[in-house]
Amino acid sequence: MVRAVEAAVPSNLAGRIGLERTLALVARLRELGIVLALVAIVLVVAIQAPLFFTVSNFEQILLSVALIAIVAVGQTTVVLTRNVDLSVGSVVGLVAFVTGDLLKEHVVGVPVAILAGCVLGLGLGALNGLIITVGRVPAIVATLGTLNIYRGLAFLIAGGKQVSAIDLPNSYLRIASSSVLGVPTLIVCAVVIAAIAAYLLRYSGTGRQLYAIGSNPAAADVVGIPSQRLVFGAFVLCGLLAGVAGVLWGSRFGTVNASAASGLELQVIAAVVIGGVNIFGGSGTVVGAVLGAVLLGTIQNALTVLHLSQFWLQAIDGAVILLAVGTDAAIRNYFQRILTRTGRR
Amino acid sequence: MSALRDRLLARWETLLVLLLGAFLVLGTSLSPYFLSASNFSDMTSNLMEKAIMALPLALIIIAGEIDLSVESMAGLSSALLGFVFLLGWPLWIAIPLVLAVGALGGLFNGLLVTRAGLPSLVVTLGTLALYRGLASVVLGPQSVSGWPAWFTNFGFGDVPGTLIPWPFVVFAVLAAAFMFVLHRTWIGRQIFAIGKNKEAARYSGIQVAKVKTLLFVLSGTLSALAGVILTARFSSARADNGQGFVLDVVTATLLGGVNIFGGEGTIAGVVLAVFVIGVLRNGLTLADVSPDTQSVVVGALLIVSVAGPTAVRRIRSAWSSRRFVQSASNR
Repeated sequence: MVRAVEAAVPSNLAGRIGLERTLALVARLRELGIVLALVAIVLVVAIQAPLFFTVSNFEQILLSVALIAIVAVGQTTVVLTRNVDLSVGSVVGLVAFVTGDLLKEHVVGVPVAILAGCVLGLGLGALNGLIITVGRVPAIVATLGTLNIYRGLAFLIAGGKQVSAIDLPNSYLRIASSSVLGVPTLIVCAVVIAAIAAYLLRYSGTGRQLYAIGSNPAAADVVGIPSQRLVFGAFVLCGLLAGVAGVLWGSRFGTVNASAASGLELQVIAAVVIGGVNIFGGSGTVVGAVLGAVLLGTIQNALTVLHLSQFWLQAIDGAVILLAVGTDAAIRNYFQRILTRTGRR
Repeated sequence: MSALRDRLLARWETLLVLLLGAFLVLGTSLSPYFLSASNFSDMTSNLMEKAIMALPLALIIIAGEIDLSVESMAGLSSALLGFVFLLGWPLWIAIPLVLAVGALGGLFNGLLVTRAGLPSLVVTLGTLALYRGLASVVLGPQSVSGWPAWFTNFGFGDVPGTLIPWPFVVFAVLAAAFMFVLHRTWIGRQIFAIGKNKEAARYSGIQVAKVKTLLFVLSGTLSALAGVILTARFSSARADNGQGFVLDVVTATLLGGVNIFGGEGTIAGVVLAVFVIGVLRNGLTLADVSPDTQSVVVGALLIVSVAGPTAVRRIRSAWSSRRFVQSASNR
């Protein structure tokens, strides 16, 4: 035990703390960087196409970002623990279809259907968590499996049918189209969820423990953090938020088929890594991930406004994932080199 | 220890043969058409692209990395082949060009992993999106047809006088080469050493970064080859060719006994697992289960093929430690 503690504490403690502080500063600068990139893109595109720089277009961007942002909040908590959830797109799709189907067939009322959708998301997340923590299957394999299982279930339940807006009660569709004090409900939902998650991750004990697991799993075990239970919890939360996004998805689009939201996981992961959440776990913020989602949404919208080919969308998702992790690694290596050099002197 | 491991591996492959046998019996009971030579020929030719991608993936996972971008590279290769074919290029230039692009794509993955030090999971997740995106940029939503007869015949024709599909011949040659290199040469031993302990491998003089980069190049090239075969078999080049293949390819590799944490695995196991998945999907198709729904079963198989051995190992070690405690207290 003692030896493990010693191993967890680096010999050059001062240098290490300096490094951590600098990296924290870099992370904060990084959020500023995303904001600056956003401003730059907005200015450039606005000059090319005045239509882009309107309140209604920005509202449009935020509306399309809201759902991705909600899922990205859940993904952030998972990535913080050095895991990843590839199944989120399938959870959103399955929940959206099941919620829509329950309402279409008049099985239950709107509140119960919404609750059922959220509970389904939570259950799917819990199954991921169980496979990973109890079954000891690496998250990548487990969630690649459930990505296909959940999507397959959606096809099995749908059986070629789809849910259309005319099948759905108005009170359900109104959730996405209504607004609170002039702000669309979807955006309010995303902001509230992100704010609560950001506060809890920053200030609650459990939140800090999630960071601890990701930054040093061995040390987290030594200080008695229940890692397995918290990783399970992170997947449950991720599933729940994907479920919430699924319920809202149905409300926003009205038309839902079995392949709804497929491929969403790549956009969510792109948002999270652009937002500066370290893919090795242990650092990053919900605010960053949400900003990442906004940046991605703005780029996609700019493509449409500038009449560039929609075929570029997926290529851009991939390119920004690589660019974001590449930049992060370069910055981290640079500071690590500088600080270890000063530490030696 | 090594003898024990070999025995375990042998047992794993025995298990796969039993599984294959069970699925064959199940398939026969589902449809009288199942146990016919032409059905087996069709099933094999449906499988070969995935099988070809699984071979280099096995080496990559044994070396402790992963490549999720294989299916998108196949799509990009198909789209690019269609694009240059539309330009009027002859296939004997177009095919090597497409394979070279595959090698470049693999090199890009490899350099990001080994030189930039990024996790292969994220890199290849990024290129999974990037290469598929580039495929649709190159070709858009159209599909290219009008291929020469020799090319399409290579895709779905059989070796004259037999029911052996041509792509199977390609796969058999590749599988034999992979088996030889992985299990009989110093290159294979280096790959195992890297997967077992990267640092130890580096200190014993193995050029870890170089070997890993070459494995990614190999994976890119063979994925591009799979894309060419797909194009020939469907007589159509499309940007979405190969979409969703990654599930079957990863499942085949892990079900074949390749350890997801690296350092263990055999080509024979992977080849057997490819056919297990093929027979399973074929049987389900004959039982009128749609391909999308089949993914539920294959996804479950993927999870079980990793969770199963882990559980067995844990139960076995718990059991042996209990026996140890009992024998100690009896004394």
